[in-house]
Amino acid sequence: MPRKLWDAVLAGVVALLLFVPLTGVSLSGYTLEGHWQRPLWLAVGVVLGRLLLGWFLERRQRMVGTTRRPGWITAWIDDHRPYIVIAAVIGALLVPWWIGKYWLNVAILALIYVLLGLGLNVVVGLAGLLDLGFVAFYAVGAYTYALGHHYFALSFWAAVPLGAMLAAGFGVVLAFPVLRMHGDYLAIVTLGFGEIIRLILNNWLEVTGGPNGLRVPFPSLFGMDFGRRASPGHVTLHEFLNIPYSNEYRDIFLYLLLFLVVCGMVFLVRRLRRMPLGRNWEALREDEIACRSLGIQPVTVKLSAFGLGAMTAGVGGVFFAASQGFVNPTSFTFLESAHILAIVVLGGMGSTGGVIVAAVVLTVLPEVLRDFAEYRGLLFGCAMVLMMMWRPRGLMGIRRARFHRSEVG
Amino acid sequence: MNQREPILKVRGVDVAHGHTPVLHDVTLEVGLGEIVTLIGANGAGKSTLLMSLFGLPRVARGQVVFAGQEITALPTHRIARLGLALVPEGRRIFPAMTVRENLVMGGESVNEMVLERIHGLFPVLHDRAGQRAGTLSGGEQQMLAIGRALMGRPRLLLLDEPSLGLAPLMIRRIFQALREIVVEGTTLFLVEQNANQALRLADRGYVLVNGCIRMEGSGAELLDNPEIRRAYLGGH
Ligand SMILES: Nc1ncnc2c1ncn2[C@@H]1O[C@H](COP(=O)(O)OP(=O)(O)O)[C@@H](O)[C@H]1O
Ligand SMILES: [Mg+2]
Repeated sequence: MPRKLWDAVLAGVVALLLFVPLTGVSLSGYTLEGHWQRPLWLAVGVVLGRLLLGWFLERRQRMVGTTRRPGWITAWIDDHRPYIVIAAVIGALLVPWWIGKYWLNVAILALIYVLLGLGLNVVVGLAGLLDLGFVAFYAVGAYTYALGHHYFALSFWAAVPLGAMLAAGFGVVLAFPVLRMHGDYLAIVTLGFGEIIRLILNNWLEVTGGPNGLRVPFPSLFGMDFGRRASPGHVTLHEFLNIPYSNEYRDIFLYLLLFLVVCGMVFLVRRLRRMPLGRNWEALREDEIACRSLGIQPVTVKLSAFGLGAMTAGVGGVFFAASQGFVNPTSFTFLESAHILAIVVLGGMGSTGGVIVAAVVLTVLPEVLRDFAEYRGLLFGCAMVLMMMWRPRGLMGIRRARFHRSEVG
Repeated sequence: MNQREPILKVRGVDVAHGHTPVLHDVTLEVGLGEIVTLIGANGAGKSTLLMSLFGLPRVARGQVVFAGQEITALPTHRIARLGLALVPEGRRIFPAMTVRENLVMGGESVNEMVLERIHGLFPVLHDRAGQRAGTLSGGEQQMLAIGRALMGRPRLLLLDEPSLGLAPLMIRRIFQALREIVVEGTTLFLVEQNANQALRLADRGYVLVNGCIRMEGSGAELLDNPEIRRAYLGGH
């Protein structure tokens, strides 16, 4: 007890030292004004927070000591897994018809983040390669569509595979020389790469339009447009189906298409995890030396993870460009990489369900909190810290494939 | 001396960790179907020798020949696929993966017959198939590491201090299993500090001192050697 009290007082003193210059003085005309209550209250807050934190951590430690029963939430999810999946799929299919244009766009963005999260999850969560420049591949995808359309009249349907391939290509080219590096070095190199791509897009004015960005057309469906009026030589969807025009159709279409892609990705990752390649990713994350002595070639295994992650980001990028109708480099800053990484970490490294939940929460929550815009960063940070204390392994933690009891005993 | 056809030949090998030389002119042979042990004090370079067979680190001078093929400069993963398997020091299992997944990692494809044999050898690996490997006891983890290495059906099994940190009863069980493995036709090259157990098991043994082979002989000869008794078997 005295130890905790001591910690709290110490934290309070440090807070006071920091807050006095930060919040305690303000410039008024040519004189400095002191506000002594402000830092004092903040320090009191820190002391109380530190006390609570200490109490919480201690309780947690005591729980670790005893045999930990799995939380009832986890148990419940485990027992009802198929129903939850079915309910989620049905819910996701119904959602776009009800929520209106604004939230539909949020939902599309959420799905893009789900896709990006799933891709980065393969790289960071499964293969254990810390990639801080993931957004580079997202940018490659988006600009494949934008530039391809601008210069070669590339259609959306051609841009998806091309963007995927180009992004994967970039991923492999980048990864090949750096995969011999370990953890921290890889993180720095990928961080640099992400910035390089963004700076090129920003500064190569003649080709990319720089900060002015590029316009991107909306995808068509079997050659049919979603606009009110057809472009020359095309039919519009509402005329073809003989239904009244609504500008929501195109977003619903994009949403459903994206949903299909996400389902495909979930399925792919599920399959891969049960195949030797997926197991090799996880084994490599745990012990590279052991893997090598078992005849696994680390470079190809890592390349495949990196390539698959990049490819997913490329697809996400094409969809992003299509949904926004416009791309420019500000969408591809390091903050974006950090956001996607937060999704993976928060979701519980390696857990597909966790990543999906985290992506949706981290996209929808800021929209809900739009009224608190000024405090968004603060709330986000606090949520992150609390989250990591409450569940250090993320929302879901890693799920191991279980074997049936009959098979075991 | 060794009369059998050698499966592993190490000839005049020097190995260094970076700029620190560790092994000097090491020459040894392991015959097909034999149990050979290498004993030596902590830091003598035993682990370094085993790892250098896999090119981690690469030998600076000399030659390594496995089953008639020179492997000195082969990439690690290719060496492993030739039928050389390692149970590394400290076991190095995959703690977050299940016992079964760990075993599966050992072979390129799952061979149910091999899996059954390993389960016969170590029933606990069968009983705990779905458990996270990191939650096994030290001895069970060692069994898992051996089982994992056997999954690839190696011709030569290299073991680095399998008795490290285990209770005497567990050590006896592991050495018993090693005997069975040899009966089933796998050659063993066993690195140990636990000289007593190792020399009792082995047909032949080498003694490594400061990176040089100092002595060689049959297991019994070395066990009786007064110098060895003094240095590695605690006097008497
Ligand atoms: N990765 C390494 N880098 C540098 N020196 C090492 C490394 N591993 C081992 N050594 C050194 O090589 C020598 C032999 O070590 P090792 O082969 O582990 O001995 P043993 O297995 O016989 O106990 C020791 O002096 C050790 O300090
Ligand atoms: Mg050693």
